[in-house]
Amino acid sequence: MRKNIPALILAICLLALWQGIAMIINAPYILPTPVQIIIRLWELRETLFLVQLPATMSVTALGLVISIVLGIFLAVIMDMNKMIENALYPVIVASQTIPTTAIAPLFVLWFGYSIWSKVLVTILITFFPIAITVYDGFKGTSREMEELLITYGATKKDIFLKLKMPQALPNFFSAIKMAVPLSIIGAAIAEWLGAQSGLGYFSKRMMTQLDGAGVFAPVVLLSVVAMIIVGIINILENKIIKWRKEL
Amino acid sequence: MLEFKNVSFKYDEDDYKMLENLSFTVDEGDFISIIGKSGCGKSTVFRLINGLEKAEKGEILVNGISIEKQKNYSAYMPQKDLLFPWRTIEQNICLSMEIQKKSRSQMHEKAEEMLKEVGLWDYRNKYPKDLSGGMRQRASFARTILSGCNLMLLDEPFSALDSLTKISLQEWLLEECKKHNKTVLFVTHDVEEAIFLSKKIFVITDRPVTHFEEVVVPLSDERKREDMKRGDIVELKESLIKKLRQEGEA
Ligand SMILES: Nc1ncnc2c1ncn2[C@@H]1O[C@H](COP(=O)(O)OP(=O)(O)OP(=O)(O)O)[C@@H](O)[C@H]1O
Ligand SMILES: [Mg+2]
Repeated sequence: MRKNIPALILAICLLALWQGIAMIINAPYILPTPVQIIIRLWELRETLFLVQLPATMSVTALGLVISIVLGIFLAVIMDMNKMIENALYPVIVASQTIPTTAIAPLFVLWFGYSIWSKVLVTILITFFPIAITVYDGFKGTSREMEELLITYGATKKDIFLKLKMPQALPNFFSAIKMAVPLSIIGAAIAEWLGAQSGLGYFSKRMMTQLDGAGVFAPVVLLSVVAMIIVGIINILENKIIKWRKEL
Repeated sequence: MLEFKNVSFKYDEDDYKMLENLSFTVDEGDFISIIGKSGCGKSTVFRLINGLEKAEKGEILVNGISIEKQKNYSAYMPQKDLLFPWRTIEQNICLSMEIQKKSRSQMHEKAEEMLKEVGLWDYRNKYPKDLSGGMRQRASFARTILSGCNLMLLDEPFSALDSLTKISLQEWLLEECKKHNKTVLFVTHDVEEAIFLSKKIFVITDRPVTHFEEVVVPLSDERKREDMKRGDIVELKESLIKKLRQEGEA
């Protein structure tokens, strides 16, 4: 806890700076002060927390779960078979050059304003770091440990369950921690581009009304939610991975 | 117990043979050290026995049966302890039993007995990171014994330890092997260690390896550390060192 104090102080200083600059500029439709944003957050609490947040979170959750399943599946089959690896790896990497924001409107064209157009954008942004990080975890297993298992008569399945999976667990956690903010970003971008609900959509609507604090409020809310989720995952990780050397 | 019949072997990556027409036998209950200079093929012999590499020619028999027709006939203990960091000590030493699909209660019972024997009972729920080097080697040894095979292949198990820990573990190892009536092949760089531990020493002197030079150690089963100062033992040690060095210069 103590080592977080400097970061906390810095964060407060930055917020104070923001407050100061915003007060000097005095153009809340462009740059509202943090205090104004918090007030707006409170004023809009009903729609933000009860309507828009659940909408965005369902896109995020759905996208994240599908990305995790897909990412791990890809990592596993690439690890199992060299041919699949050679075929898939370049395609997966290439998929990252697709400008997601540019093709997101296409998804709206195909799937309309249904949740799936947004989920698809989220998956496109999120599955990649999961697949690659988990795959790296599998590849990082020690050859010697694998051979030791083989001398005990281990099958491929034993090696996967007893060596590769536990070995890749820390990678899995890093992947999830990366994926949570990405999936939220994905969902928000998708909503911004075309939706009828959600925090991204709401933020855009406030923009058309020149309500600066109203644009910021959903963004702040999203950031806080992302931080809370990552924090929870951190706690889980420390509970589950007790065997790591303390640094 | 173990028999090599005219075994030849070459790594695919290399253009020279490691072993050529190598034949030797190891009797039940023997403790045999293999010495030879670095890179002469000691670990390769182990890899052939435990099936990680296939002989190009010849046959390897354990208990009279070709190793290709059997499983779980040898227990290999590598130089590094290779304890799995995410498993507790107890879970680590149960590894081979898990793979052999032993029942939970059976594993637990054997693990308890073994942990007490190697003096790690109080550490059963600790992770490898919490143990000293000597304790980790004892855990690794316990794991090797629990695989239940009578033929043990120990590849420089003590080379990374400080000399005091090493000495006490050597004595401990002799006791353990006698108690469990294991046949042991022990690779080492350390001539003194080889003499202290073994009944017979196989010296590797040529390349590719075509034969082992067998040296019988004139010490009883009830050997003591002081015996190492005996005249004939000191002489034996000198002659072995000379052999290894000669080969190095050749
Ligand atoms: N997997 C491998 N592929 C190709 N060559 C190998 C492989 N493993 C070992 N070698 C080569 O075979 C030779 C013998 O290796 P080996 O590990 O058997 O020696 P060693 O006697 O155990 O040496 P050390 O005492 O250093 O452990 C070495 O020259 C090494 O370069
Ligand atoms: Mg070796």
